[in-house]
Amino acid sequence: MKLNEMNIRELRRLLDNREVSVRDVLDDVYGRIDAVEDKVKAFITVSRDEAYRMAEHAQESIISNRMSLLSGIPIAVKDNMCTKGILTTCASKILHNFIPPYESTVTAKLKEHLYILVGKTNLDEFAMGSSTENSGFHTSRNPWNLECVPGGSSGGSAAAVAAGECIAAVGSDTGGSIRQPASLCGVVGLKPTYGRVSRYGLVAFASSLDQIGPITRDVSDAAAMLTAIAGHDPLDSTSVSYDTPDYEAALGKEIKGLRIGIPKEFFIEGIDKDVEEAVHTAIKKIESLGAKAVEVSLPHTCFATAAYYILATSEASSNLGRYDGVKYGLRESGKDLIDMYMKTRAKGFGTEVKRRIMLGTYALSSGYYDAYYKKAQQVRTLIKNDFANAFKEVDVIVTPTSPTPAFKVGEKTTDPLQMYLSDIFTISVNLAGVPGISIPCGFTKGNLPVGLQIIGKHFDEETLLKAAYAYEQSTDWHMRRPSL
Amino acid sequence: MKSGVDTGAIMKKYEVVIGLEVHAQLLTETKMFCRCSTKFGSEPNSQTCPVCIGMPGVLPVMNRKAVEYAILTGLATNCRIAPYSRFARKNYFYPDLPKNYQISQYELPLCENGFVEIVVDDEVKRIGITRIHMEEDAGKNIHEERGDHSFVDLNRTGVPLMEIVSEPDLRSPGEASEYMKKLRAILRYLGVCDGNMEQGSLRCDANVSIRPVGQNEFGTRAELKNINSFKFVEKALEYEIKRQVSVIEDGGRIIQETRLWDSAAGVTRSMRSKEEAHDYRYFPEPDLPPILVSQEWIDEIKAKLPELPDEKRKRFIGQHSLPEYDAELLTSEKAIADWYERVVEAGGQPKVVANWMMGDLMRLLNEENKSVDALLFGPAQMVGMLKLIDDDTISGKIAKTVFEEMYRTGKNAGDIVKEKGLVQISDTSEIEMAVDDVLAKSASEVERFKAGDEKLMGFFVGQVMKATKGKANPKMLNDLLKEKLGK
Repeated sequence: MKLNEMNIRELRRLLDNREVSVRDVLDDVYGRIDAVEDKVKAFITVSRDEAYRMAEHAQESIISNRMSLLSGIPIAVKDNMCTKGILTTCASKILHNFIPPYESTVTAKLKEHLYILVGKTNLDEFAMGSSTENSGFHTSRNPWNLECVPGGSSGGSAAAVAAGECIAAVGSDTGGSIRQPASLCGVVGLKPTYGRVSRYGLVAFASSLDQIGPITRDVSDAAAMLTAIAGHDPLDSTSVSYDTPDYEAALGKEIKGLRIGIPKEFFIEGIDKDVEEAVHTAIKKIESLGAKAVEVSLPHTCFATAAYYILATSEASSNLGRYDGVKYGLRESGKDLIDMYMKTRAKGFGTEVKRRIMLGTYALSSGYYDAYYKKAQQVRTLIKNDFANAFKEVDVIVTPTSPTPAFKVGEKTTDPLQMYLSDIFTISVNLAGVPGISIPCGFTKGNLPVGLQIIGKHFDEETLLKAAYAYEQSTDWHMRRPSL
Repeated sequence: MKSGVDTGAIMKKYEVVIGLEVHAQLLTETKMFCRCSTKFGSEPNSQTCPVCIGMPGVLPVMNRKAVEYAILTGLATNCRIAPYSRFARKNYFYPDLPKNYQISQYELPLCENGFVEIVVDDEVKRIGITRIHMEEDAGKNIHEERGDHSFVDLNRTGVPLMEIVSEPDLRSPGEASEYMKKLRAILRYLGVCDGNMEQGSLRCDANVSIRPVGQNEFGTRAELKNINSFKFVEKALEYEIKRQVSVIEDGGRIIQETRLWDSAAGVTRSMRSKEEAHDYRYFPEPDLPPILVSQEWIDEIKAKLPELPDEKRKRFIGQHSLPEYDAELLTSEKAIADWYERVVEAGGQPKVVANWMMGDLMRLLNEENKSVDALLFGPAQMVGMLKLIDDDTISGKIAKTVFEEMYRTGKNAGDIVKEKGLVQISDTSEIEMAVDDVLAKSASEVERFKAGDEKLMGFFVGQVMKATKGKANPKMLNDLLKEKLGK
């Protein structure tokens, strides 16, 4: 097996025993990128020189036995996290030339663990989308079928992990942007509890929903990554001050007696037959491991998408105000200040971003605020309560991650509502702030991966990971690799 | 209004209603949401960081000290301190606002329902405080004088501000000015704001309307901005009230609008109408948790409250037997009140000290725009000078010269008196010689005096004083003159 196809645990052993060097790993990773990136287009920036520089430092730490969790592990970072001195575009023309003068907390933590930055991955512009088709630069492809999208918005990160162009990646998830692409690309994607991971340096889309998390080959890698990036950050007032557990230690424990909730509202009309079957089979498998499946109800699920698109766009309309051509990024000259603002934003933002800015601006406008924003906040509270009530009965909740497998490039671009429904099963998790993970649970007849979503209680990523790991270890879906 | 009409009578037909929104920059070391310095007057953009520049991905972290200062102000103005309040975003585009939204408070402010007291025509009047909320300041745009470039200095961006909103309780420009003075005194006593309107650390917007006397509903209001100096508070309001009266008297209607005070022209000008008003699209700031204020925290802050101007004024009246006017003046600035009390403690007669401070000392300080903290002499030296008057070493008149010299040089009064030979002449024979000399030279005046022109007494005193270089003991001189002139 090539080194770029291994997981963190395997590489850790080989590196620590000096059976391979960090350079060897990087050679395989960049060899793979050279071979397939033309087809997958997972990256916006490939930081090869920087990576080899980082490799020397990581190798030294290994030689002197001061290795850390991620020493020498090549990791890709979604291009909406600021990396000091390295282009960070958010896949937007408005930031086409933005080189941050500071480091995001998550990449700073990865640095402390001596990771190697492979490159910055593609996304839907400002993380708004479910396919990377809204990227201002290019559309990434699904390694399982190059005619299909990888999902989004962290599509580049998921595709890079699936294609073997990195060992692991970080993404961000506002309404499903880690879990949905992980599902569509057949990899593991974890959205931690809101507040578990610092958002400092993550270019904001919707501040009350955004959360950074790992995209990996398997559950143990996700646990290692979460251990590395979680924890309180004095620079993020919404990050919590709880201690970070060693998530890898939670793995391998029995799940006998674990109560898993199956929400009846999630198995709806319009769900792909193959997806439904794979998820049902997976639930049976989990039951066979000793867990108890219970039907639960999350009665306000049907309002989640509507509430989400009001709250997320409202926050986005404000968060994206700063891209005005005054301080950084694109500037189009105009005859006066207002003209400069308008020309810059007209040229810099893509269609979907403009649509969401307009939606959010409208929802917050005087006279509409109560009917939209305030109402949506109330719905959000009801959805939170739904989960709180369900978690009185069960330990985790299991659902499909996405109603469909990967769809064809261009298939949904003309119908934004159809595109929004890709996230119908993931959105309520962000609204409630609870953690969710997507893990591979089968393939469709067309050989496209299907993802299983496991949702946990607030700050109980351990139970989530334990359940996910137990299921994963009883299957071999995570071992399969696309033939590219 | 048509010319030739009795404007005074017309003005009396209307009642003025004023509410003030005061912005006070807090004297914290660092900014509201990042740890940049708040120092005034540094190199442009030298006090900035990714957070206050509004880089992509940055997040605000609340300055606890700023909240404490706002709570302190809330307590000093009798407000209810909210146990739960929130920050909100106020969205608008302007280059001096890097995020294009200002973090402020909207629905749930930190302090509500307070009041301050002002004295109007010897009566105490309560002015309601609707709310005090916290927000961040914006930067400064700088426009090239020649050329078409503009620059922005973001040093001030993110400096903590308090907005203090009054009820529409003020009924005249004079009351508004008194209210501003009182508020400024309170802020300076608390040490939370330096109160400097010219430098912009204290700013004031006014909502002004008029209504016929006896009408209950408020008239349509205009919002006045850019009142950037203490002396303009009354001027701007007076102009605006006259403008509104004249519009109505001419059969027009007041429109709701924002008007800018132009201090050079002494007028207010329309800036934007209600239709053009911004829709700020306020919503709760998702990057900051709610501000939770516990009773313990309030108690802790309450313990730090100093004696406030009103309490001090009342105490001065009782303890030092000062008239209301003296007490008000001496307590308007904490530093002056403190200095006054130190002089009294050192043995000065309370009323005498008050007179010296309100007269000569304040005149000298005002001439140089100097603070009492910068005095070259101390309270003990002040008392030393007063003693020289008491024991007849110098006259009250000479004392003025001595005091001024003490003010300029910081020397002891006794030394000044010795150096300049200003010791009062209390030797009867010496004064008598001078008196005799003057009377001998002024035969005609003596004649006239004896004929009944008693005003000439002053002339004789003046001549003797001139001859003795002002050093003759005035009482002795008076007695001698009366004796010699047979009065």
